[in-house]
Amino acid sequence: MENVAEVQKSIKEIKTRGEFLERFLKFSFGFWALFAGLLFPILAGVILLYEARLAIEKFGFIHFLTYTNWDPVAEDFGALTMVFGTVVSTILSMLIAAPVAIGIAIFITELAPNWFKPIVSTAVELLAAIPSIIYGLWGFFILTPIMATKVEPWLQDKLGDVPLIGKLFQGAPTGVDVLTTSLVLSIMIIPFMASVVRDAFNMVPPIMKESAYGLGATKWEVIRQVVIPYTASGIAGGLILSAGRALGETMAVTFLAGNNPQIPKSLLDSFTTISVALANQFTEADTDVYLSALYYVGLLLYLVSFTMLGIAKFMVLRLEKRWKV
Amino acid sequence: MKKVLLATAVFSGAVLALEITGAGSTFVYPIMSKWAYEYNKVTGNKVNYQSIGSGGGIRQAINRTVDFGATDGPLTPEEVEKNKLLQFPVVIGADVITYNVPGIGKTVLNMDQKAVCDIYMGKIRKWNDPYLQQLNPNVKLPDRPIVVVHRSDGSGTTWIFTNWLSKVCPEWKEKVGYGTSVKWPVGVGGKGNEGVTNYVKRSQGGIGYVEYIYAKQNNLPAARIKNREGNFVEPSVRTMQEAAKNAKWDKSKHFYEVLTDQPGKDAYPITGATFILLAKDQPERAKKATTFFKWAYEKGDKYAEELNYIPMPANVKKLIFEYWKEHGVAP
Repeated sequence: MENVAEVQKSIKEIKTRGEFLERFLKFSFGFWALFAGLLFPILAGVILLYEARLAIEKFGFIHFLTYTNWDPVAEDFGALTMVFGTVVSTILSMLIAAPVAIGIAIFITELAPNWFKPIVSTAVELLAAIPSIIYGLWGFFILTPIMATKVEPWLQDKLGDVPLIGKLFQGAPTGVDVLTTSLVLSIMIIPFMASVVRDAFNMVPPIMKESAYGLGATKWEVIRQVVIPYTASGIAGGLILSAGRALGETMAVTFLAGNNPQIPKSLLDSFTTISVALANQFTEADTDVYLSALYYVGLLLYLVSFTMLGIAKFMVLRLEKRWKV
Repeated sequence: MKKVLLATAVFSGAVLALEITGAGSTFVYPIMSKWAYEYNKVTGNKVNYQSIGSGGGIRQAINRTVDFGATDGPLTPEEVEKNKLLQFPVVIGADVITYNVPGIGKTVLNMDQKAVCDIYMGKIRKWNDPYLQQLNPNVKLPDRPIVVVHRSDGSGTTWIFTNWLSKVCPEWKEKVGYGTSVKWPVGVGGKGNEGVTNYVKRSQGGIGYVEYIYAKQNNLPAARIKNREGNFVEPSVRTMQEAAKNAKWDKSKHFYEVLTDQPGKDAYPITGATFILLAKDQPERAKKATTFFKWAYEKGDKYAEELNYIPMPANVKKLIFEYWKEHGVAP
């Protein structure tokens, strides 16, 4: 009889201890989740807004966003050149990376023999682990000379006289320009994008593919009419998440962009992006307005990234809804 | 007992040794760390210098987060007064104009203010431009476009270069002005001295400006620049000290003096100095810094020269010591 009481007591003890642990974990993890997920981004935004107040007051929002002059001496600032550079290099790198990444994902999930899949998968993922400065140095020392002496003159030769498109290839080929930057950026985001898209492809229920094969569909038809439509919003989400990386990439772009705050007139013109301008000018910004304008540009990057990630999240939500059905 | 003694010794040692913090100019970082190392060996005092850039150095000095700040461009006397600071020069530096002109070998080119200004304004676009050719009658300059290179990051090197151009070229002053970064009319931007050098080396027909020390260490060609008296002067320790010697250093103006375009037959025109900023209203902290700089002025010249920095001329050092005394921060 006594034994039973003892056992009951110890069970109770274990229970309370478990409850305590559970509550403790709930509280502390909840705190960190709240802090990292909600408080920190809000705080960062508030600080950016606070530090940028001088520039916001002086230049306004629309004017700052649409003005192309960036003159630290006259303390006259506009962010359009940087925003434009950021958006254009991101879009271009996406245009180059997306087909390649989707191709890699299709190869890994559908085409490659089973023993080969993990090898390619791992190799692609390893690419994602290379620090961006390595891409920058490689781009600067190896790729830009090739672009400047071989690829870009060739492009000018072949496409320079074509109406409309030819305009994109005007100017002296220096190798430090929109084209080279976008190319290196695309190489940097391909592994990331390919992994996300591959995961989405793997989510396609085998039964759907098998049904399609059973109906006599070819491999290509299955990929085009089953796999890709089924995962469309997953692919889109993955693309936009990688765009987030391209948007904020600094180190590699610093080496390759030519760092000129101007609207590039062609793909062979130098330009700059928001994060590059920040990295270049922050340390030596010696007047209050100058520093504040840099914070303001940072705020714009924050807003652009936030919007992009918001869209990505929305896409993923839609995908999840489809899985449930 | 032994333990207690040891503990006391360690503890008192920690109290006696000064801990001096500084921040700013990246240009002086190598010599600052060398001085800090040697100074620590002699005195046991620690100097912690962070090369965060001149802009950061000025801000931290104003906010009093460091004992001294270092900047490549001097603050105006009004700014110094307004922020209750003290300012004095510590070492001299200079920019050289380096180039990569195919077919001229190791020939040293002559440049004058008009040539450099027009190249950086985008008006002279080819190396065989008659104006450049007339400056260099003995060289056959090629028919090649000039690739103009400048710094992309904010920098004291840019400050000195653009300050010189603003002084000698009215058009530059009016359209561009000077600062740690400016709105460049033409050219591509390289990050750091190494970025500029690489662009210049790689492009046939490149021209750029880099720090003297960097050019010297890397054996880059450096143009002779025409100075105020009309002589073409090569950048060297002697010609830069000449510029510093002839400058009108004024204690009452907190040494506000830019060494670009100074008089003197042999003065190199694109010369500058790095300045130290101290807190006038915190004399105890300022004195900590001046003990270090007094040692550096008296014993540090040889280390500076080893690293290709140019020490301040003796007459200027004397002025600085008097300046400290006047403001009650002499060590």
